Amino acid sequence: MEWYLPVIWGLIIGVAVIMYVVLDGFDLGIGILFPFAKEERERDTMMNTVAPFWDGNETWLILGGGGLWVAFPKAYAVVMPALYLPVIIMLLALVFRGVAFEFRWVAMTSRRWWNAAFAGGSLVAAFAQGVILGGLVQGITVKDGAFAGGPLDWATPFAALCGIGVVIGYALLGATWLIMKTEGTVAERARAQAVPLLLAVLALMAAVSLWTPIAFERIATRWFSQPNIFFLAPVPIVTVLVALAVLHWLKSGREILPFLGTVGLFLLGFVGLAISTFPYLVPPSLTVWQTAAAAPSQILMLFGVIFLLPVVLGYMAFVYWIFRGKVREGEGYH
Amino acid sequence: MDFDPVTLARIQFAFTVSFHVIFPAFTIGLSAFIATLELIWLKTGRDVYHRLARFWTKIFAVSFAMGVVSGIVLSYQFGTNWSRYAEFVGSVVAPLIGFEVLTAFFLEATFLGIMLFGWNRVPPWLHVLSCCVVAFGTFMSAFWILAANSWMQTPAGFELRDGLAYPLDWLQIIFNPSFHWRLPHMLLAAYLTTSLVVLSVGARYLLAGKFPEESRVMMVMGIGMLAIVGPIQAFVGDSHGLNSAHYQPAKIAAVEAHWDSSKPAPLVLFAWPDEKAEKNLYEISIPRGASLMITHNLDGLFPGLKDFAPQDRPPVLGPFFGFRAMVGVGVIMILLGWIGAWLIYRDEETITRWYLRICSWAWPLGFIAILSGWIVTEQGRQPWVVEGLLRTEDAMSPLAGWTVALTLGLFLLVYGIIFATGIYFMNRLIVRGPGGTLIEPPARERPTRPLAAAHGEGQMTPGG
Repeated sequence: MEWYLPVIWGLIIGVAVIMYVVLDGFDLGIGILFPFAKEERERDTMMNTVAPFWDGNETWLILGGGGLWVAFPKAYAVVMPALYLPVIIMLLALVFRGVAFEFRWVAMTSRRWWNAAFAGGSLVAAFAQGVILGGLVQGITVKDGAFAGGPLDWATPFAALCGIGVVIGYALLGATWLIMKTEGTVAERARAQAVPLLLAVLALMAAVSLWTPIAFERIATRWFSQPNIFFLAPVPIVTVLVALAVLHWLKSGREILPFLGTVGLFLLGFVGLAISTFPYLVPPSLTVWQTAAAAPSQILMLFGVIFLLPVVLGYMAFVYWIFRGKVREGEGYH
Repeated sequence: MDFDPVTLARIQFAFTVSFHVIFPAFTIGLSAFIATLELIWLKTGRDVYHRLARFWTKIFAVSFAMGVVSGIVLSYQFGTNWSRYAEFVGSVVAPLIGFEVLTAFFLEATFLGIMLFGWNRVPPWLHVLSCCVVAFGTFMSAFWILAANSWMQTPAGFELRDGLAYPLDWLQIIFNPSFHWRLPHMLLAAYLTTSLVVLSVGARYLLAGKFPEESRVMMVMGIGMLAIVGPIQAFVGDSHGLNSAHYQPAKIAAVEAHWDSSKPAPLVLFAWPDEKAEKNLYEISIPRGASLMITHNLDGLFPGLKDFAPQDRPPVLGPFFGFRAMVGVGVIMILLGWIGAWLIYRDEETITRWYLRICSWAWPLGFIAILSGWIVTEQGRQPWVVEGLLRTEDAMSPLAGWTVALTLGLFLLVYGIIFATGIYFMNRLIVRGPGGTLIEPPARERPTRPLAAAHGEGQMTPGG
């Protein structure tokens, strides 16, 4: 087996996951912020900012999961049973919130229920995604290439902390998205929410960054051994600088930069996690090489990705461009 | 309490996949129908086609959302509940799903945005094009998922290495021996299912004396599809059956409730197959009928269930009754189409009320046929998940029974709520009818309408 194929695939999965986290992150964030809107028409506006995109955004989740299956079937077959309950709960939460996009507009008397389904589904899905992330980082018990742990191994305080981190992070993405895509009361409230959310995100990122090297020896070695520390030190430093920039942009009334800055924070956090775990797909035992699919499968799908993914990105960008600009109150696309 | 995880996981998968298949089957047909309506509208400029397209787009939106969310569940369920299956077929089946994501899911999901929300943002030709792209996306999705399913029925183009399937020839994997019949059979089923719903809605409006112009278009298009595509489907289905008889003889033996291969098989019209006693109770049958159908020879012999060891036989009741339900519905469909065509030919202005009344109740028929056919083909493949290679009982994830029981309960609860509400809302949209678009703002003008208008009659859904 060519040694670089699994590495390339590790990168592709990473890109799919980060695309998902950023894109579905802001629309899940809208759901998390939903209960804080005062009036129904504000909620209409909030939902309208993401209604044309959410379905495409969520498709990245299928590419992430499906891509893992294509490129690393053994990792897929270990991770999914190990994180069984949080994965299923995330999926059910996404079911509730996905149908709420359509049901809410047809509903009359039951609209408040579908508001609750949208908000609750978004919140639970985000939390479950954080738990899945935490459950993966803290490690999975593997014996003879199969999951050999208990059904509740993932349920640790660390996973809960990651869950909270993802919820707050998505809320921040959602708030900065609203600053960019709306005006009036919705945008003003989002701007007011963004500052405390940003501070909370920083605190949670710091907590995870301190917790992981203390609790997991392999992560401490990765970061603090020489000469790694000199190459890796810029990651936390740049993170702090970007956060300060976002804070400044929020205070100075910028509309697009806070969102882009928040995306930058997510990218940096993701790079940090990747540094902590590479080359393990299933820490602490299975690497990208041990779990790789047959080489012909990875090669075939690699061609698929090289030729098709740019097309996908092209038409996605086209649709974002068609629905560019601010969504005004009452100006639904519907 | 002790739970058998394999049984629970099978119930869970049967439930989630049956729930899911209803919606894509409907949206495959509906997207093609809407694209057709918009193309006719673009060509003729007749407003009725535009009104119909917008009306059905609202229903499409609700159905599509349910299909998407239940489909995401499936893409993870292969790993959560069937991890040994996922590992075994990972290098062969997973790339097919990967191509489905890249060539179908993104296409549908992205252009759906324009289809639902783009009426006022893009020129009409681009909107029509988006509808066609969505319809094409649903077709591609069916292509890949049926390639994957067919491979599990008739695996080809691979070898076993270290106990796992290893790909040798991608064309043989995709175009495996049953794919070329399974794909058209499923696609035609989807188109027929949608035609029945469209026909049924048209009949309801005509009976109530509402929306006569729209109803007439729906009736004519629905009847035309049934009358022409129905018989084609019968031919494709028959060919598919012969293909199964060649590659999956145990499945066909179960479908025909045929036990003893030493005698020509009768065509069993009704019976209660008794799997323990290995015979049929209360059998009503046409002698040598099944032999004629399967072998095209009155004296033809084909394998019976007793030719297979008991642990290699599929359950008989599901495939047996499922097949009869599917064929029964098929006959009704063709009759509805031909009678309707004759009624329209005889008198274009008025269609007899008794015929309308029958049609008004015909909407679930396609769904019944699809679910029955699904049982025939999937249960008929048991005890294998990949025919002849991997048994279902060996495909399961290492899971504690209680977790599978818990998630099964959650799926039943959540899907129950979603299904009931979704059907209720779709019915409400149908009752409201296509008339709401009369207060549309003029086309090709980006509206800044007051909120009240946005919530007015017929504007309630994103599709409106």
